[in-house]
Amino acid sequence: MSTLAFLSGNEAVAEGVRLARPRVVAAYPITPQTGVVERLSEMVDDGELAAQFVHVESEHSALSLVMGSCATGVRTFTATSSQGLLYMAEILYYSSGGRYPLVMMNANRALALPWNIYGDHSDSLALISSGWIQAYAEDAQESLDMIIQAYAVAEDPAVRTPVLVNLDGFVLTHTYESVSVPDQAEVDAFLPPPDLPAGFPGTFNLDRPQSLGITAGPGDYTVFKYLQHRDMLAAGEVIRATGRRFAQSFGRGCSELIERYRSDDAEIIIVTLGSVAGTVRVVVDQLRAAGIAAGLLRIRYLRPFPARELDAALFGEQRTARVHAVGVLEKDISFGHQGSVATEVKAALYDLAAERALAPPRVVNFVAGLGGHDISREQIADLFARLASAGQTTADGRIGRAGAANFIGLEGYVKKNHH
Amino acid sequence: MSKKITIKSLPDPEYFVGHKACGGCGGSLVVRWVLKVLGERCFVVVPAGCMSAVGFIFPQMAFGVNAMIAPFAATGAVLSGIAAAIRARDDLKDVHVVGFAGDGATADIGLQSLSGALDRREKIIYICYDNEAYMNTGVQKSGATPWGARTSTSAAGFRPAIGAPKKDLLRVAAAHGIPYAATASVGHPADFLKKIQKAAAVDGPSFLHVYAPCPTGWGCASDSTIRLGKSVVDTGLWPLAEYDHGALRITRSPAKFDPLSSYLGEQARFRSLSEDDVAALATIRDEAWKALRAWERETP
Repeated sequence: MSTLAFLSGNEAVAEGVRLARPRVVAAYPITPQTGVVERLSEMVDDGELAAQFVHVESEHSALSLVMGSCATGVRTFTATSSQGLLYMAEILYYSSGGRYPLVMMNANRALALPWNIYGDHSDSLALISSGWIQAYAEDAQESLDMIIQAYAVAEDPAVRTPVLVNLDGFVLTHTYESVSVPDQAEVDAFLPPPDLPAGFPGTFNLDRPQSLGITAGPGDYTVFKYLQHRDMLAAGEVIRATGRRFAQSFGRGCSELIERYRSDDAEIIIVTLGSVAGTVRVVVDQLRAAGIAAGLLRIRYLRPFPARELDAALFGEQRTARVHAVGVLEKDISFGHQGSVATEVKAALYDLAAERALAPPRVVNFVAGLGGHDISREQIADLFARLASAGQTTADGRIGRAGAANFIGLEGYVKKNHH
Repeated sequence: MSKKITIKSLPDPEYFVGHKACGGCGGSLVVRWVLKVLGERCFVVVPAGCMSAVGFIFPQMAFGVNAMIAPFAATGAVLSGIAAAIRARDDLKDVHVVGFAGDGATADIGLQSLSGALDRREKIIYICYDNEAYMNTGVQKSGATPWGARTSTSAAGFRPAIGAPKKDLLRVAAAHGIPYAATASVGHPADFLKKIQKAAAVDGPSFLHVYAPCPTGWGCASDSTIRLGKSVVDTGLWPLAEYDHGALRITRSPAKFDPLSSYLGEQARFRSLSEDDVAALATIRDEAWKALRAWERETP
């Protein structure tokens, strides 16, 4: 039987990790992730988690260490955030190339300079091409559930790809919610054992010694990279199947890479990811009550890219209205271009629309929530209004122009410098 | 490994063969000898560097034991991860976790993760094969390049403003209070083999700093490796010592040093040294020995 607990996002992650029974945990502190490894250290001390808890000297070492443990055939865990994630950036590529089925939690946080400890997605989006599956949780319950599912996905023999589970710093990591915590027997039945099976590819073997982390010349290298890409694409179906199995076992959760909310008849849709989706959902309900056809698409997995879900959500047969405009609301900016999520969505729509011989909908990029800047319901309602008027000239010229990043939350700067 | 292994009884099996190392490579000799002593139940970690570049080229794998390339800076961390997994599992007994890292991977970029591993008292054997520069990238100056040596980033010879002995990795390791740390040289295999076995026997981390000539990078004959490995000890430039459970012991104490020219003259990298430079080097060496002897006297 599951139990109901009042947990922060960080604590929910720790509970998920405890239930997955990793044998080695590498710990290095960084705000706002630290609560996860603090809680895990208590669990190990109290005998609730039978893991080797290793205090490492850096994030670079944290990820390198669990890679060594994984090569020795055991399930592992580590967690990081922001500067720490970038400090271990080299090892993200290294471990995905080595096909180590690692699971790591990242507390999404802004990147210095200026220093800022609050939440945005600049850190994980900088590493979108690192070969890790990227999941984004909306709330504490989903955080716990995603951690458990992450091990099932990463260790699937057809996937063998590491998973990064992202939680918004503070908004999610430090906010308490009521969370259903499964019991150990249920999770044991859901997950494979925490020792990888003997002969698991990419692990040592005393009977048949292995050389791991190899060098490959240009031709072989290309083949290895193709296989990595192929298996990352195939991970999409494993994520869905794992989600369906999780829903059967635990009675909750979305199994799709994108969660739709009132989008099938929506003419204006916001695409976003992480905890801000909760606020967007509230605004959608308010607009719907006022007769405005607004909807939400919440990206749960950004890698593999959810092209199938995006296609179905915007062009699928279940649609009852044509999409007028899509806004991509995201907490990052790729300087000199647009937000990374918008460029991903736009690139996918270009291909998807071409395949269907349709014109893609207008896509407007809204950059908000940088450095933990609050995103209010009023601001989101305003974004929907801008989407509704997209393509028209309005009196105040506040149309979101396609092809540009529209910064939200510059009022203070405008007031100080221009008025 | 209950029976003592000497040069005469060095086991036949080879665990590092078919690699692409240069003629006379000291580093590959270190790997070969150590694995002969430790045997097949080894988990080897080799960071980016010469030994990984010559030993893991797909599909030709040169290691006959379990082995893995670590990220350049992460030898200590990957070794620790293997050691932690061995602790977690109850089915991996009588195994050795051993790292072979060059001087750059140890004294420079990997010093942080080495320190962490030693400080945690991981049961690992860390072997630094020291060829005194970044050889794999083409002989650039490293944190272990000796004063006056020419490298491709110190064409006129590496000459810091204040002459000093090279970074003392034995003291760095010993400062962590680990059970066993030692220097060795490929020119003194009997001493080296003894130290490998001591390192393997201790409960906790051990560290070996091994002199390993690189004829390609040093500009010397490929058959000079062993000769230089003796000469560097006889000239006093590479003291053989061990730090064993708190006690420092000099394992070879030359009554008097051979002239430095007998060692330096054979290597193109020292060609720019003047007579005054060599005299200054001798002074630096003598000061280092004074400190080493004092350390030996001070310890129990």
